[in-house]
Amino acid sequence: MVTVQKRPGGAGVRRLRNTSLQLKIVMAVTGAISVLYLVLHMIGNLKIFLGRSELDTYAEFLRTVGEPALPYSTLLWIIRVVLTVSIVLHIVSATILARRAARARPVRYAATPKTPGSYAARTMRWGGVIILLFIVYHILDLTTGTLNPNGVGGAVYDNVVSDFAPSRWYVTLFYTLAVVAVGFHLRHGIWSALQTLGHSSGARRHAQKVTSTVIAVVLTVGFLAVPFAVTFGLVA
Amino acid sequence: MYSDFTIGDPVVDTAAPEGPIEDRWEKRRFGVKLVNPANKRKMKIIVVGTGLAGGSAAATLAEAGYQVASFCYQDSPRRAHSIAAQGGINAAKNYRNDGDSVQRLFYDTVKGGDFRARESNVHRLAEVSVQIIDQCVAQGVPFAREYGGLLDNRSFGGVQVSRTFYAKGQTGQQLLLGAYQALERQIDAGRVEMHSRHEMLELVVVDGRARGIVARDLVTGEIETHLADAVVLASGGYGNVFYLSTNAKGCNVTASWRAHRKGALFANPCFTQIHPTCIPVSGDHQSKLTLMSESLRNDGRIWVPKEMGDLRPPQEIPEDERDYFLERQYPAFGNLVPRDIASRAAKNVCDAKRGVGPSGLGVYLDFADIIERTGRDAVAAKYGNLFEMYERITGEDPYTTPMRIFPAVHYTMGGLWVDYDLQSTIPGMFVVGEANFSDHGANRLGASALMQGLADGYFVLPVTIGDYLASNHLEPVDPDAPEVGEARKTVDDRIRKLLSIDGTRTVDSFHRELGHIMWDYCGMERTEDGLRKALDLIAELRREFWRTVKVPGSAATLNQSLEKAGRVADFLELGELMCLDALHRNESCGCHFRAESQTEDHEAKRDDENFGYVAAWEYAGAGEPPVLHKEDLNFSYVHPSQRSYK
Amino acid sequence: MRLTLKIWRQSDADATGTMVGYQVDDADEDMSFLELLDVLNEKLILSGDEPVAFDHDCREGICGSCSMVINGHPHGPQKATTACQLHLRHFRDGETITIEPWRAAAFPVIKDLVVDRSAFDRIIQAGGYVSVPTGAAPDAHATPVPKVHADRAFTAAACIGCGACVAACPNGSGSLFLGAKITHLGELPQGQPERDGRVVRMVEQHDAEGFGGCTNTGACTVSCPKEIPLDVISQLNHDYIAATSGRGRIA
Repeated sequence: MVTVQKRPGGAGVRRLRNTSLQLKIVMAVTGAISVLYLVLHMIGNLKIFLGRSELDTYAEFLRTVGEPALPYSTLLWIIRVVLTVSIVLHIVSATILARRAARARPVRYAATPKTPGSYAARTMRWGGVIILLFIVYHILDLTTGTLNPNGVGGAVYDNVVSDFAPSRWYVTLFYTLAVVAVGFHLRHGIWSALQTLGHSSGARRHAQKVTSTVIAVVLTVGFLAVPFAVTFGLVA
Repeated sequence: MYSDFTIGDPVVDTAAPEGPIEDRWEKRRFGVKLVNPANKRKMKIIVVGTGLAGGSAAATLAEAGYQVASFCYQDSPRRAHSIAAQGGINAAKNYRNDGDSVQRLFYDTVKGGDFRARESNVHRLAEVSVQIIDQCVAQGVPFAREYGGLLDNRSFGGVQVSRTFYAKGQTGQQLLLGAYQALERQIDAGRVEMHSRHEMLELVVVDGRARGIVARDLVTGEIETHLADAVVLASGGYGNVFYLSTNAKGCNVTASWRAHRKGALFANPCFTQIHPTCIPVSGDHQSKLTLMSESLRNDGRIWVPKEMGDLRPPQEIPEDERDYFLERQYPAFGNLVPRDIASRAAKNVCDAKRGVGPSGLGVYLDFADIIERTGRDAVAAKYGNLFEMYERITGEDPYTTPMRIFPAVHYTMGGLWVDYDLQSTIPGMFVVGEANFSDHGANRLGASALMQGLADGYFVLPVTIGDYLASNHLEPVDPDAPEVGEARKTVDDRIRKLLSIDGTRTVDSFHRELGHIMWDYCGMERTEDGLRKALDLIAELRREFWRTVKVPGSAATLNQSLEKAGRVADFLELGELMCLDALHRNESCGCHFRAESQTEDHEAKRDDENFGYVAAWEYAGAGEPPVLHKEDLNFSYVHPSQRSYK
Repeated sequence: MRLTLKIWRQSDADATGTMVGYQVDDADEDMSFLELLDVLNEKLILSGDEPVAFDHDCREGICGSCSMVINGHPHGPQKATTACQLHLRHFRDGETITIEPWRAAAFPVIKDLVVDRSAFDRIIQAGGYVSVPTGAAPDAHATPVPKVHADRAFTAAACIGCGACVAACPNGSGSLFLGAKITHLGELPQGQPERDGRVVRMVEQHDAEGFGGCTNTGACTVSCPKEIPLDVISQLNHDYIAATSGRGRIA
């Protein structure tokens, strides 16, 4: 045992790697950007209930906005780049933190009762992986059209309707599971970001947790409304 | 059997300055020789213990520029038992404008100690108390505050002014964390070498001066020698000689006792404080006693049934069949009489077979009146955390069932003899905090232990130790010097002996038995017959210990049984000296109540003429009768009077 | 009471440990949990075995020495209670109880249930103090402190440094301990001059010791015997962002 306790590195030495707290801040900020995007995405999706032309026009608007000052699709690409960078940073930070956590807790307890910690950790880590897989599928399905039965560029309404047709109930089911995973991720994630950014307190915690849950539920319902409407024939 | 002793020359405190009492500390501070800052860097001081006294001393000495090596047996200096002090810390700030002053704190403390403490020391303590609060607040100690943002005070321990500063029921913890943080800052600065999980097992004395210690690394088992220019013992009290006490399990006398065996006088060992409000023992398995804050006596009423052997639940005993014995015997102070009086009264009713609870060793502390008067919520706001703690331990709800309390050993006023400079009779060895004997006399008032520990460590020792270091030209000690080798050999031999006996009884069983002897015969009431009997029993128990103790494991690893064995071996020697001291002091004073010395109405009767001295005992060798050196106590400012609380 | 204990036994830091089963037939419901171990140890010693090593000292819930995970809960299942104040009346006759050391890379096992928590000391060394040498203090009433701040500082300062938060955390993070000290000193005027440097240095030390990052699971505060609130971690984050983003008071 080291008897003379001296701090490793000593006072004032700058360490090169990021502190866990810095990584958490990155996750909070990139998570917040993603939530903002999800809100806009959901509002766009819901235009399907206004009819084919409304939705397709909106999709086209996203590409033509800013023209002629900006080239075609500029805004869309800016959004895509920001979002991709955010999600990559979010995942990289999460991975580093998860690996550090695994190193920090190398031995498991023999007795493992249900603890509040394990629930949130499971939701976030495994939920995050499910969401990532879903995003990949989702892009191939409804962005590039590769996996979409219709797959016509610009024909958003038709693509969606054919995607969630009653016969393709399993797509709707997978989509539902993924969106629910997103909901759980947000329920803990939004509050967690507020805590990480130092805006939580005992007095505000309840209100913040309620708000997180409400946002998560609204987004989940909003995103599920479209596939369910298609699958059950409300939108055809 | 050695129930005998010899009388040696009187011991005189030569460091004490003369003159008007309020000038003495100033005079001493001016009189000390100063150490050149460049020389301080070359001087090394060992501090054993990291409680309030040791932690504050180590930090302050390092700030002054000395090299410090600090030792504690716990895994971190923050865990020293000062952390468990609940009530508060006194200071003569007079923030309440209620007539408090240094003079009044001095007076209360000398009187509270039943005229067995030194006036000069106590006055210095009262002076320094003011600076302690300033220092602690500046460190960030979160004392209780009022809405105006100023510090709150409460009255404590039966005094008539509000001079006690507190942080809920965790004052000791918060003060200790202040000292601990100051210490950690110095560790980081490289000025303190911290040795946690180390236990001092021997003092190294070279050319008559304390020059180091032998310590065991409790994890690796390695025996290490640490040499220095001076050694400071801040190793706390020895209440665990009673086995059951409010002390932490690790608290021990070993550092002090090893120093005593090397020539340091041990003063007033029989002065042990028994605190009246502890949770009673629940069975043979009991390992430790828990204190309930004294503040409970402000609102709780203490009673027992009038009839012997009344086994009814307390709620079923009607008012006129209850004996509120403190209110009856001491109408002026009632339930707020000092600790020693309250403890002995409880013992007396239990001896008369009127005690309550499964063991019959308990009295009720009842909150029914105050709950009825002010409501449950008001009581919960004041004592909620204490009530919860009581329920956690006993499983009983004090809101509906009266608490059961019983006295328990809490603090030891006796300790190594030191002069005004806090230096022991071994030059170069200083003793601070509970480990020394100096400031509380025969009884300690509430909220004054924290004050003394911090006064010694922050403000007194750092000044006086400099005088020793500046006045003596100390050559470095050769690590191969015969005295060093001999000290190491003593430690090695003892460890080997303890491990080799491989007998039939565990260390704890000896410790428990010693505790019973001490509690029965050297506890709240002492008699000549009982003490003589105890002396025989302890001697016999000690012989049996060295014949039949079983210490498993090896010396080369973490071995908690071995640690305990060494401590209990020293308690077995200390216990004998305590009984001898109690036997020779044929008077009642403070916490020391001799049945032979009482007034007609069974109150303590002090004998200033024959016992107005400090009894400082010299170790004369194994099996030899110890030598008593007396230090006469003179009272020029507070005139001795018999205490009365009727 | 009759209890079966499954206890982690490990002879030293380098040894591989294992869970070992023991039977205690004469447990009493008024015993504290540590007294149960005392009883077991007495038996083990007399039967020639090595007793179970465990850290303990004050046995009244304030020193922070005791450190064992009981049935998967640091300090056992009872809320706001250290192992030393946990009593057997909260267990059933015949129950099997699992006892393990704190599990975290930053708290390596020394022997059986004893772990090395010196990492906490080094975090404090990195800045968990106010630099005020003895004798340099102004009068205690020179700076009034609003009661709400004093009370919040006290709540955070009640931390006993036991490490249950780390033991409970799925990430082995010491954020609750760290946040408690940051909040204690940051709430008081005396702590302001060093506030920014303190949080940066202490966070770096925390990471260098091998503690994981916080994922706001709240497991720490549930296990904390002193009920240190989760707010202190938010405060830690807030102070860290302020200090590193240039919004801080003094770099």
